[in-house]
Amino acid sequence: MNDPRTLAPGQDRGLAQPERRRFLRGSLALGAGTLPLLAGCSISDEPLVEKALLQTSRFNDRVQAWLFDPEKLAPTYPDSMITRPFPFNAYYRESRVPQVDGERFRLQLEGRIADQRPWSLAELREMPQTDQVTRLICVEGWSAIGKWGGVRFSDFLERIGADLEAKYVGFRCADGYYTSIDMPTALHAQTLLTLTFDGQTLPARYGFPLKLRMPTKLGYKNPKHVEALFVTNTYPGGYWEDRGYNWFGGS
Amino acid sequence: MDSDVRLGWSGSVGENAPPIHPLWLRITHWLNALAVVLMVMSGWRIYNASPLFDFRFADEITLGGWLAGAIMWHFAAMWLLVVNGLIYLGVNTATGRMWRRFFPVSPRGVVNDMNAAFHGRLSHADSRRYNSVQRLAYLAVILDLVLLVVSGLVLWKSVQFPLLRELMGGYEIARYVHFFTMTFLVAFVVIHVAMSLLVPRSLWHMIRGR
Repeated sequence: MNDPRTLAPGQDRGLAQPERRRFLRGSLALGAGTLPLLAGCSISDEPLVEKALLQTSRFNDRVQAWLFDPEKLAPTYPDSMITRPFPFNAYYRESRVPQVDGERFRLQLEGRIADQRPWSLAELREMPQTDQVTRLICVEGWSAIGKWGGVRFSDFLERIGADLEAKYVGFRCADGYYTSIDMPTALHAQTLLTLTFDGQTLPARYGFPLKLRMPTKLGYKNPKHVEALFVTNTYPGGYWEDRGYNWFGGS
Repeated sequence: MDSDVRLGWSGSVGENAPPIHPLWLRITHWLNALAVVLMVMSGWRIYNASPLFDFRFADEITLGGWLAGAIMWHFAAMWLLVVNGLIYLGVNTATGRMWRRFFPVSPRGVVNDMNAAFHGRLSHADSRRYNSVQRLAYLAVILDLVLLVVSGLVLWKSVQFPLLRELMGGYEIARYVHFFTMTFLVAFVVIHVAMSLLVPRSLWHMIRGR
């Protein structure tokens, strides 16, 4: 995920050009001889392969939404099982982690939300807090156990008068990252708008001032440094999702 | 064998004897081969993103170009593997072919046939009858594929399949199960392909049916 080759920006819905070429090279190698069965594929067929794969990924989004059980909880662990040190992970090096001024920070609210008044950290800390020790699973395969604490996201969405019938909740982050999730996952009991990690104020490397933590989704679906969230019925995509990673990213 | 005839294809060959491998079996066999190649090659690329051991698979033998592409291939080919596999298991069980071809299989039979094979005395006169080593190998690879799919389900959806997750001993252990069942599968494929080339008639049977 922190592969430096994937740093190229690209905000379009399709795959960004460098990724696109790399993606095609893989399927091209397939056609060129690794797999004699498909040796007939000419280059003009490659977009068809890519289109079929992207459509299957969309289909897998629907399957995952169908499989998702709002009542099913991710396993929780004792504090003794917390992974120390907990790994840092982003699409940039740790030295480039954004430094956000907590005093001046205001969480921006947009879209299908009745009360769009921005929230300070102090106000968020006044809401009922909860914490949990869960396993973060990265799309790369590795996993690590951490302890996150903060506001139950469903409480927060209700409090701000979000349209809970809407399809998506989108996030914009101080590091340029962005992602979006489905409403059922947003309302899951273990989905937290976190302010702390391991009992301490969320450190910058783990997403200060706010990280949305969902043990029911892969790591890249858990945005750090959240500075704005919006509720919408229009598919918002995401940083990695727009580059070809599966949108639902459920676990 | 009646059911083989019913479901099989006697087509243009013009012989009355039922095919050694009915059409449905040949189709599911080759679709499974395709699915396995796609799953293994894309899986190696996914492995490379976070290797369990101190080695990586060469990029040239992987599929997908990068992690996102490999995952797209893996989670597309999984449908082919699973749907085709369920059809194979379903028809194989319903027609009784599984029972006729793979059983009985006894330790003594396996040892005897293994010995015979090493001394070049294993007969291939009757292609309709699997020897004990074949029976054991084919049953083992079916079980291996089941385990491979189950451990894969745990990696894909460890929260949604808690029973399977606990059966596997948790997410991290499921990664190792997934890796070693893949290793067994690849070892099987290597030997399977080598054997079919040693007895080319068997390869022809899997293509033409007889």
